[in-house]
Amino acid sequence: MSTKPKIGFYWCASCGGCEESVVDLAEDVLMVVGAVDIVFWPCAMDFKKADVEAMPDKSIVATLLNGAIRSSEQEEMAHLLRRKSQVLIAYGSCAHTGGVPGLANQFTREQIMKYVYEDAPTMVNDKKTRPQTHFKEDGRETELPQLRNVVRALDQVVDVDYYIPGCPPTPKLLKDAVLALLSGKLPPKGSVLAPNIAVCQQCKRNDSKPQDISLTEFKRPHQIIADPEKCLLAQGLPCLGPATRGGCDAVCIQGNMPCTGCFGPVDNVHDHGAKILSYLASTAAGKEQKDITKTLAGIPDPVGTFYRYGLAKCVLRGKVS
Amino acid sequence: METKSNNWEPRIVAFFCNWCTYTAADLAGVSRMKYAPNIRVIRLMCSGRLDPQYVMMAFAKGADGVLIGGCHPGDCHYVEGNYKTLRRVTLLERMLHDLGLEKERFRLEWISASEGDKVKKVVNEMVEQVRALGPLDMPGRFADWDKEMEELEAHVNHSQKEIPAHVH
Amino acid sequence: MNEPTKTQPRIGVYICHCGTNIAGVVDCKAVAETAAQYPNVVVSRDYKYMCSDPGQALIQQDIKEHKLDRIVVSSCSPLLHEHTFRGACEKGGLNPYCFQMVNIREHDSWVHEKGAAATDKAKDLTRAAVSRVAHHKPLETKTTPIHPDVMIVGGGIAGIQAALTLANAGQHVYLVEREPTIGGYMAKFDKTFPTLDCAACILTPKMSAVGAHPNITLWTYSEVAKVDGFVGNYKVVVKRKPRYIIEDLCVGCNECVTACVFKEGKFEDEFNMGLSKRKPVYMPFPQATPPIVLIDPETCINVKTGKCKKTCVEACGDRQAIDFTQKAEMKEVQVGTIILATGFQPFDAKRIPQYGYGIYPNVYTSLEIERLVNASGPTEGHVVLRDGKTKPKSVGIVHCVGSRDNKTHRWCSRVCCMYSMKLAHLIKHHTDAEVFNFYIDIRAPGKGYEEFYEKLQEEGVHFIRGRVAEVTDWQMSKEEEGKLVIRVEDTLAGFVRRIPVDMVVLAVGLEPHADSQDVRRQFNISCSTEGWFLERHPKLAPVNTFTDGIFIAGACQGPKDIPDTVAQAGAAAAEALSLIKAGSIELEPNTAFVVAEECSGCKTCIPMCPYTAISRDDVKKVAVINEALCKGCGTCVAACPSGAIKQNLFDDDEITSEIEAILAK
Repeated sequence: MSTKPKIGFYWCASCGGCEESVVDLAEDVLMVVGAVDIVFWPCAMDFKKADVEAMPDKSIVATLLNGAIRSSEQEEMAHLLRRKSQVLIAYGSCAHTGGVPGLANQFTREQIMKYVYEDAPTMVNDKKTRPQTHFKEDGRETELPQLRNVVRALDQVVDVDYYIPGCPPTPKLLKDAVLALLSGKLPPKGSVLAPNIAVCQQCKRNDSKPQDISLTEFKRPHQIIADPEKCLLAQGLPCLGPATRGGCDAVCIQGNMPCTGCFGPVDNVHDHGAKILSYLASTAAGKEQKDITKTLAGIPDPVGTFYRYGLAKCVLRGKVS
Repeated sequence: METKSNNWEPRIVAFFCNWCTYTAADLAGVSRMKYAPNIRVIRLMCSGRLDPQYVMMAFAKGADGVLIGGCHPGDCHYVEGNYKTLRRVTLLERMLHDLGLEKERFRLEWISASEGDKVKKVVNEMVEQVRALGPLDMPGRFADWDKEMEELEAHVNHSQKEIPAHVH
Repeated sequence: MNEPTKTQPRIGVYICHCGTNIAGVVDCKAVAETAAQYPNVVVSRDYKYMCSDPGQALIQQDIKEHKLDRIVVSSCSPLLHEHTFRGACEKGGLNPYCFQMVNIREHDSWVHEKGAAATDKAKDLTRAAVSRVAHHKPLETKTTPIHPDVMIVGGGIAGIQAALTLANAGQHVYLVEREPTIGGYMAKFDKTFPTLDCAACILTPKMSAVGAHPNITLWTYSEVAKVDGFVGNYKVVVKRKPRYIIEDLCVGCNECVTACVFKEGKFEDEFNMGLSKRKPVYMPFPQATPPIVLIDPETCINVKTGKCKKTCVEACGDRQAIDFTQKAEMKEVQVGTIILATGFQPFDAKRIPQYGYGIYPNVYTSLEIERLVNASGPTEGHVVLRDGKTKPKSVGIVHCVGSRDNKTHRWCSRVCCMYSMKLAHLIKHHTDAEVFNFYIDIRAPGKGYEEFYEKLQEEGVHFIRGRVAEVTDWQMSKEEEGKLVIRVEDTLAGFVRRIPVDMVVLAVGLEPHADSQDVRRQFNISCSTEGWFLERHPKLAPVNTFTDGIFIAGACQGPKDIPDTVAQAGAAAAEALSLIKAGSIELEPNTAFVVAEECSGCKTCIPMCPYTAISRDDVKKVAVINEALCKGCGTCVAACPSGAIKQNLFDDDEITSEIEAILAK
């Protein structure tokens, strides 16, 4: 039996991009594979739940779990992997803060089921059949995972040791995290394994930002051709870089697209969306209600914009129904 | 305060600026105006100090309503802090609406130091409006949502035998 | 938030009864008992008067005995006693900022009914403070030096009195007056009640003293244009309007006035309430201070058209005091304190048309009568009707015009009863007319005032109790012919009367200046709903405002007679002096600061600050707050998208713990 540290990967409610990001390590993936024993990685290798159940508790040195927790199956696997792992890492925005799937918390489970199985224009379902969690036919019994009431970030289900942010995380963050794991030089439990400083600090356009931009109009990326040298916020695009944890080298901004906040907030912030709201509204000009309302109308969907990756971790956790 | 539905009382958290609205509430006191006891005031030096996070947090922690009080436009003790408040509140109102909160639960009022009667009026009005809406009770809702998780956690932990970890 | 865990705080909680003010409504004992269960509370007591010496001693003793390091006092408003209890903490050896005050009087017992709800509220508020105070950090009190110079705005009797008091104490005073001369309304009065000493005789020596005082810079015909800074260090820009006269060169000889191309006065003389005419170049009144003339740009032909023979310049001759090229001049001065003594304006009697002012010539305002009875007035003291010759045989004085009236102003103007009686006396003395006073109540609460009222009754002045309904020229009987008729319900006699008189005097009330809102905004102070400047505390800080270093005196704070105005002016001067003599003032240490390691340099905060206290360190690429300029509003803290700006006394952890605990059950 190998004495190399055992590592697991798992995929819950997410798009698969996080799995891709592991491959994005390129040559470094060989370094990782050489240094560790991957004992569980359903996306890439053939493992079953039973294999995990058979492992001794805490026998996996670290599991990197990506994806939010939406179904009972995901929830069960989270509990199981928590039990089997010394270190559980929420990998990527969805596990970290609920991610894009978290936006589903604007709708009740019933609304989602009804739309998907009845109202969606592509749906033909005259009997309005819905998936059942238990199903018996011809003496066979099938069980399907249950869709939970809400989407949860990993730490809303189990105890999480570390977070690697990003949609998806950059290869550099993953590599740094693996190196830290291997060397045992890990920061205090609960840390996000990315710098505790916002994107602007790494953004090359920072110097171009005037001190007072007093926006009278917010624009959406498709409405303008942004100057590739200048601060995007100063050009009217609601760039979330000021309120979003850095460590991404401002890649989106380098690609002339505003930051959408995938790394989540920095440590001092309790509610990412509320903080984004605060600084963006502060950036708006106007003293009269009608002017202010007009300017801020340029942000047509505050919830979707400010909590694109973090509605599950919003202090209200979603829409109050 | 009791939370049982039969004798539920609305709970309003208020953020008042030191110079105008907090002082107006003092004046209401000195003038012995009577108003509903459902309000809990948190003093800020300026309504501009109000971080929208506080409003969200107050709701999340069990407030049924949140009231912001600041100096009238043009009257801010700190020149124009209240304009910043207005900008933040404008967007926050919209976001809270999108998050399903009734508009009566969140209110911004400009109340100057001499308007003790306005404190009384606004508080009474808001308490009645929120009372009509009923409890928001976010902590209770969270607990309800999370009940679904109890069963499975117990199941996973029971079905697993204690397998001691190998020593590496 | 991520601080290493320190030793647990040891908190003392004190619930004040305030006699029965709190204890009559809130169950203080129950609050103290509940508070004893809150986390980290070591001592929890209720006590009759926490602000008393024994109450404060209790805190100090407990700090020593129980090694307390945090104190919570639930009592009255922090605006009242925060300072007291911080002091008590300090005396007990504790940093004064390891203290939090809970307002269970103004915000609880005084506004709620006795019962469980009020007690629950006191518990919630106290729990929030206990939770918050655990996060308080010891802070250093900062001080700022007080510039010794004082600015006084308004040169009526209030401003004059305050200026002389301060100047005599050795302080340099800038006295700014909007009109061409100081003196205000008092200079227009003939006699003053109840002693009947001549207003000019007691005022003009003070005016000249101001004009001559080496410590007073007198800027008349000037207005404050801009105020910047804060207590101890105000920067004030004063606009000096052009009077087209070089002040230093004019000797007040009036030769230019005589020489003016207008042979007679043609324009309304403001000083005489329009009862006489003046020329475009004029001296407001003989004792004007400074004793120099001015040219009214609205009426002077040369200023308006440039086409005048300029006989005035000729008359001035070698003195060359007239300068038509004069422009408005901006003066910037540094002062430590400011006294606002901007006074009042008389109620516009035309707003009550049924009293006939502006309709019937022989209806006058009280100020017009002040000028008529004055020996230096337009009629040299002869009380005559508008025709300029007829002595009135009967005069009606209508009280409460624009006072105690829901349609105009609800307040009592405080001086009208007394000045109406004074005018009644003077009119009677000058004309021997029958004088009727129409009053709602006679308010004569000052020293010698009631005696004056009695004296008037003995003199045979008539007093009719009732609010006048109407002044009309609709004559119904022979005896009313050619007269004005006052219709009134005599509430003592119990019937409606019609009283014909030759002259009606409307005792107009006092109201805030039309521009009082602009003025108080400029100085960053508050107003009552009526528009009077708001004092910091109605009883205990009547000349202070909510802005440190800015004081108010006289009728700008509310209607006042001369003795009260003078007393208040002295008090304002004393408050300013006390700051000056202390040399410095303690500032709330609630300033904000940037944690550089957490700042991304996004610049969001920089435009938030109205005091330009925030700048960017271009080398480190982070924001930096100049704490000397920061006034602690916290707007930047709320805006900082990284939570990298902290604020003393109002930091995130303090406020969020307060929110959480206030809602905890």
